[in-house]
Amino acid sequence: MSTESIISMQGISKRFTTPVDLAGRLANLLGANHQPQTVHAVSDVNLAVIPGEVVGLVGESGCGKSTLGRMVAGIYEPTEGKISYQGKDMRLMTQTEARQASLSVQMIFQDPMSSLNPRMRVIDIVSEAPVYHGIIESAERGDYVATILKKVGLDPVFMQRYPHQFSGGQRARIGIARALAVNPKFLVCDESVAALDVSIQAQVLNLFMLLRQELNLTYLFISHDLGVVRHLSDRVVIMYLGCVVETAPAAELFDAPNHPYSQALLENVPTLKLRHKRFSSIKGEIPSPMNPPTGCHFHPRCPKAGPRCSVEQPVLRPISTGRQSACHLNDGGVG
Amino acid sequence: MGNVLEVSNLATYFETRAGTVKAVDGVSFAVGRGEVLGLVGESGSGKSVTGCAIMGLVDPPGRIVSGSIKLGGKELVGLDDQGMRAIRGKEISMIFQDPMMTLNPVLRIDTQMIEAIDAHEKTSKKAALARAQQALEKVGIPAAADRLKAYPHQFSGGMRQRVAIAIALLNNPSLIIADEPTTALDVTIQSQILAKMQELCADSGTALIWITHDLTVVAGLAHRVAVMYAGRLVETGFVDDVLDHPLHPYTRGLLRSLPSEGIPGQPLEQIPGMTPSLGRLPPGCAFAPRCRNATEICHRSSPEGTVFPNQRLARCHHPFDSVAQPVGLTER
Amino acid sequence: MSSSPGQSLSTASTQGPVSARVETPFQRFAAAFLEDRVAVAGLALLAFIILSSLIAPWITPQNPYDLTRVDLLDSRMPPGSQTMEGFTAWLGTDGVGRDLYSGILYGLRISLVVGVVSGLIAATLGMSIGLISAYVGGKLDTFIMRLVDLQLSLPSILVALILVAALGKGVDKIIIALIVVQWAYYARTVRGTALVERNKEYVDAARALGLSKSRIIFRHILPNCLAPVIVVLTVQTAHAISLEATLSFLGVGLPQTEPSLGVLIANGFQYMLSDRYWISFFPGVALLLTIVAINLVGDRIRDVLNPRLEK
Repeated sequence: MSTESIISMQGISKRFTTPVDLAGRLANLLGANHQPQTVHAVSDVNLAVIPGEVVGLVGESGCGKSTLGRMVAGIYEPTEGKISYQGKDMRLMTQTEARQASLSVQMIFQDPMSSLNPRMRVIDIVSEAPVYHGIIESAERGDYVATILKKVGLDPVFMQRYPHQFSGGQRARIGIARALAVNPKFLVCDESVAALDVSIQAQVLNLFMLLRQELNLTYLFISHDLGVVRHLSDRVVIMYLGCVVETAPAAELFDAPNHPYSQALLENVPTLKLRHKRFSSIKGEIPSPMNPPTGCHFHPRCPKAGPRCSVEQPVLRPISTGRQSACHLNDGGVG
Repeated sequence: MGNVLEVSNLATYFETRAGTVKAVDGVSFAVGRGEVLGLVGESGSGKSVTGCAIMGLVDPPGRIVSGSIKLGGKELVGLDDQGMRAIRGKEISMIFQDPMMTLNPVLRIDTQMIEAIDAHEKTSKKAALARAQQALEKVGIPAAADRLKAYPHQFSGGMRQRVAIAIALLNNPSLIIADEPTTALDVTIQSQILAKMQELCADSGTALIWITHDLTVVAGLAHRVAVMYAGRLVETGFVDDVLDHPLHPYTRGLLRSLPSEGIPGQPLEQIPGMTPSLGRLPPGCAFAPRCRNATEICHRSSPEGTVFPNQRLARCHHPFDSVAQPVGLTER
Repeated sequence: MSSSPGQSLSTASTQGPVSARVETPFQRFAAAFLEDRVAVAGLALLAFIILSSLIAPWITPQNPYDLTRVDLLDSRMPPGSQTMEGFTAWLGTDGVGRDLYSGILYGLRISLVVGVVSGLIAATLGMSIGLISAYVGGKLDTFIMRLVDLQLSLPSILVALILVAALGKGVDKIIIALIVVQWAYYARTVRGTALVERNKEYVDAARALGLSKSRIIFRHILPNCLAPVIVVLTVQTAHAISLEATLSFLGVGLPQTEPSLGVLIANGFQYMLSDRYWISFFPGVALLLTIVAINLVGDRIRDVLNPRLEK
């Protein structure tokens, strides 16, 4: 396993701005004060993924994990920062290189209902992209799709069917087949098992692990389910309101979380062992990404916050080998 | 002191053009005062339909075919519309996964809460408003007096769910049915809601049926658990018993396939196959096609419930023996 | 007692899709449509009307457009009378001696052709505009939608009158006027649906797979926007037919030599309160039945397609 990253994100930010429309601008001329609304989905994220590893990306609503995943997969353009594929800045690539790079990074989606085009047959869903990009000839579609379907555990006999004729778990597998059809090296899984029943979830997770071994894949596994992340990941990244707050190898993070948010998150996750739990919880609501708190985004809810936290935003610092955390407590205190 | 709710052999069928769908087929359980029952199952298990049937919310083409639902001794099956309406919101309340199923987006919160009170008793508007404010404070909504005047869209998802819970508690029901209320919420918010529900039910002695697919929530919240599969109840018992020493292969398979029970890096245990379609159930035990212990009798006839010590029930021809060989999660 | 992933995968695959045979989305739709008996009756009626008008030359005793076959001596004869040509006018004759039964069937042809052709062209035009507006967004979208608003705020009969006055009489002019009046409904409907579809994950998937924008719009989003278009098409066809009848009734629609139902109704209007009611009445009933049949079918299509209850 080489140490050169397969995907590297540096200084990545994504902002969605709704400009003031015509009516609003007219109102402004008359003295109103409509501002363009900006959602700070992702703020200044640095992340590098080594080939073959599984990075778990965890967080709650508004943390930006889905947006980050979509930027990696090429669905959104970053507002700032650069993404490098195998060491090369993607913006500086030639058209052929860029196309190759973007095909190498594919995404598995969350909703088995809406992630497949309801009007296309399975064979078309899976073979459309490889035929379009010239990976295979149109005449070879049948055999090619059959091989891939077998790999994801579906009987090729059913490739003429439409998505609505399959169950949720089978549709998830079709989505995986579609991604595998273009021979990717890197898969971004955006809550890919969240919508599945527990028993089907186990099947699909095992499939992910099998494919990782067989095809040498690298994963960015986005999930809100800490149990799934713990099972699957080598390394875990925790995000809160657009910023990375902690990264660590999975075992170390779950044993001894450093950042107060990580601690709160792990404390609040129900597990089978904890019976008649007296649920304790951190106070407050998750703030809106349109109006993030000043300084450290977590300070209004943090039980350990101090005066420094509302003023100065903490930087992601190494705290031990392979671990980073963004908290003033590691860096001189909160006073 | 009898049970708050007693369900016996409840069966709810749906007549569709594809045939009869037996959404609920022979479900029995009881909930006592102040008790929390976790009703667990995956999609298609019939848990939501059971909850709706208790509330009398099953619409055609579905209907309660047989069985009895007794609330404090009073039979609900066959009760006329008026009778059912007097009970809904007063004796039994329901909380849904999407709080917008409870809340009307075009009405203010105080209007909706007063309406809920008015439906069941005659009070002055001032008294009703005071009760509403009290309810909001009880569920932990800050600045309740101001928030009363707000509209649902001005609340966040977690807050809306709290308002829905407040409405459910307004008329001091003896039973609350909660259908996956925290499934769509973030972990930290879910924790807040669960803490609140625990507190409220302990204080008021309200019985709670918590419908969910999440066994970890049931572990923390419930006293007793009932597991459903393909419309049938396959196991019930106290939480500690069922989670540590499951009797039914489905319960066992479900527990062992949870990622938190797996060894990181190793394949998870999985239940092979898929849930059968409720319109085309196999003869015999519904779980037999997926069960490793299945024998000929399992494919032929549907098992009756076997009663075990400590108020446990399992519907299986070959249940695991809870006494002689504890086959819980500690065994590897 | 753990199973290997290979074993479980094969068990999963042998179970196959939940329904046994290939069931296209259309078959599913057709099955749902046919559940409502009233809609089926409407569909049957519509089929009957269309079929009758198609085979009109073979089932009518007279071609009402052939002036040599029309005899003024036959005019205003009550239903069931014998004409000079030697056949029975079952629905009577009109003011110029045309057999009403023949006139209605031939008139239906024109009404249907005008309605359907203008509907299809308006749909294609409106759909393309709506799709592009939704996908491109921004200022173009705003501009187009204001145009749509403008178009829809003007009463359609008024716009049609102005256009027909400017363009003159004739089947093609009427069709053009109807297209101008109708395109906006399609544009707005399709834009709405396209905006919803654009946010669905299969569109994101197509982008991640590197497919071109135009391919995504026309091969992915468009087929999923057709459902509401079909609903609008059926209802608008009825609307177009009645609009054309109104224009003809007012005298600015089709010429007397090629009478549509509207013209026939107009011709007989002066006799309505006298005892020669049939000259307007029967064409009126025919128009009514056609529009009702189309609306019944359209309503059922709309109910089936939206919302879909997936149980």
